Amino acid sequence: MKKILLLTLACLWFFAAGAFAASEAFKENIYDTGRLKPQDSVLKVKIGQKAPDFALKAVSGKTISLSDYRGKKNVVLSFVPAAWTPVCSDQWPGYNIVQDLFDEFDATLLGISVDNIPTLHSWTRQMGDLWFEVLSDFWPHGAAASRYGILRSDGTAERAIIIIDKRGTIRYIDVHDINERPPLETIIEQLEKLG
Amino acid sequence: MKKRWIPFSLVMLILASFSAAQATAPPKVGEPLPVLKLIKPKETTELKYLGLSGSGEFSVESIKAQAVIVQVFSMYCPYCQKDAPNVNRLFGLIENNPDLKGKIKILGIGAGNTQFEVNTFRKRYQVVFPLIPDADFSAHKHLGEVRTPYFIVVKMSGPKKPEVVYSRLGAHEDVEAFLSDVVKLADVK
Repeated sequence: MKKILLLTLACLWFFAAGAFAASEAFKENIYDTGRLKPQDSVLKVKIGQKAPDFALKAVSGKTISLSDYRGKKNVVLSFVPAAWTPVCSDQWPGYNIVQDLFDEFDATLLGISVDNIPTLHSWTRQMGDLWFEVLSDFWPHGAAASRYGILRSDGTAERAIIIIDKRGTIRYIDVHDINERPPLETIIEQLEKLG
Repeated sequence: MKKRWIPFSLVMLILASFSAAQATAPPKVGEPLPVLKLIKPKETTELKYLGLSGSGEFSVESIKAQAVIVQVFSMYCPYCQKDAPNVNRLFGLIENNPDLKGKIKILGIGAGNTQFEVNTFRKRYQVVFPLIPDADFSAHKHLGEVRTPYFIVVKMSGPKKPEVVYSRLGAHEDVEAFLSDVVKLADVK
């Protein structure tokens, strides 16, 4: 009986549709990954510690280091698992219309995925002209994600929001359920707390 | 033991069929709109526009109009962002036409959007018609998990009311032509 109950719960979880509203902007090109294990990594950083630095190539052609922003801007790192997948494609386009909110808190946004630059270029072109830098953590594969402890066993990154203040200190970590998008208000509330 | 698996398998089969049907069927023209449980807007002007009062939930059926244009959108959808000025213009065409004002209403449903996200979209694009959050995708699931932006026109009279008379994916650059279609399809008089 216990086995049947567990199986029922497992099936209910499986049949719970992966909720996302793919934009027509991506046409039929989104690959449905299905429902994934919510988290699949062991976090290596904690709130209050110095954020591990990285230098990654951006779609813009620049090389961006986290330390570039030290003493200048608060930084929101938005790690997403992979290009051309459902929830990821419905995340950064929303951030693209709220630059004013980031400006209000003297913050910038860095979008990061483990995809290579050509893939990220093609994918983000569907989102319009993004105001923030999109960084490729492709090679060495997932090195930045790995330093934060958010590289999953399949080589994708977690869906994570990490907020770092101007001193380079980690102030907020949300390794989110990979199947869901973190609400925008949570990010804004955390930026408000930076003071 | 084997007998126990028969009802279990049946239940799972029904669940699977239900899940698949719910996920793959956008509203069909000629059929009634599925019952959507939507949160009433807090703004008095928006409540008044829809012909509603109080708080709690409402369904499209309770909106006072001859036709309702339901726009399924998302703050996170680039095409919805690009289309927002067109939908605003559509709203203006209706509100500035004495023959249509009060007869055709527009309602936006923010698929997977929280109240904050819907408000962000409203503020960014200066939307003045009601935008309702659907944070848990419950309305979106009832609408067949359509891609966005998606437009449904509902005729509020007749034997099948609220009857879907238009159900299509994609933005409208020619809003005049779309409005003309809405008037004809929903028999707005």
